[in-house]
Amino acid sequence: MALMVLTAFLSTINLGDWSTVVALAIAAAKALLVLLFFMHLRYESYKITAVVLFAGIFWMSILFVLSLTDYLTRGVTGAPGH
Amino acid sequence: MPSSTEVVAQHSLQHHFANMEQQRESSTLGMWLFLVTEIMFFGGLFASYLVYRLLHPGAFEFGSEHMEFWLGTINTVILLCSSLTVALSVHAAQLGRNKIVAILLIITVLMGLGFLCIKGVEYHNHWVEGSFPGHWWHMDTSTLRGDDVSAAQLFFFIYFVMTGLHALHVFIGMVLLSFIAYFALKGHYTAEYHNPVHVSGLYWHFVDLVWIFLYPLLYLIAHKHA
Repeated sequence: MALMVLTAFLSTINLGDWSTVVALAIAAAKALLVLLFFMHLRYESYKITAVVLFAGIFWMSILFVLSLTDYLTRGVTGAPGH
Repeated sequence: MPSSTEVVAQHSLQHHFANMEQQRESSTLGMWLFLVTEIMFFGGLFASYLVYRLLHPGAFEFGSEHMEFWLGTINTVILLCSSLTVALSVHAAQLGRNKIVAILLIITVLMGLGFLCIKGVEYHNHWVEGSFPGHWWHMDTSTLRGDDVSAAQLFFFIYFVMTGLHALHVFIGMVLLSFIAYFALKGHYTAEYHNPVHVSGLYWHFVDLVWIFLYPLLYLIAHKHA
């Protein structure tokens, strides 16, 4: 739990070219700690809880990936109108 | 003559559950299901952030430079600490120590109040700076070119919607935890029956989680603090 506070301060220092990636990685680490320990995911006897959370994150990643396949490839294939 | 804890356990077991453990697991699962719908809800907003940042990186950096770095950082620390007090209160509830539960939750609610006050100061600064999008917009965008001029308003639009919705969640969490603290003061919770504390705690942790991602995405884009 002291580690949580530490990461909060770390994220204020680590700012280089990769600042967004580093910041997001730290955020993900913090989120994982909160999920596992504060939210008791680690001690949860009912395994379906983890399945539900995984399903949520999975659907959100579909949202992100499919949106990006559109925006990142616009103009690449020379679609009509460009 | 049943012991007092048995009476409480029988009293707090709803008739459609076989036993206390099943009731506890069901309520936890129900809360997680709700939190997953919340993930979807905020996920859509994060996706819109991602797309517009890809299209207008310059405008997002411009917007991020106008964030109050230290206020955001202090708020992050406040929320992380409040998550800790909630986790401790859930632990106290499992031991049936109602008074400690109430004290920890009141500290949590006060930290939530502090978070909202700092957020309010930030909103006030944005208002003075003229960064409310639309009619009230009067920021100096002379450093930006082309599409980025209007996209800077887009950044602040996304900023206000995301932090505003998050602040609403903080407020709801504070109301929820206040009720739990009140019931704890009346001695409602026992080692057998403490689902409300656990489930409300899950909600507060979720609010913390959203902020954990909002903070780097909104406050830490600009490089000037390096």
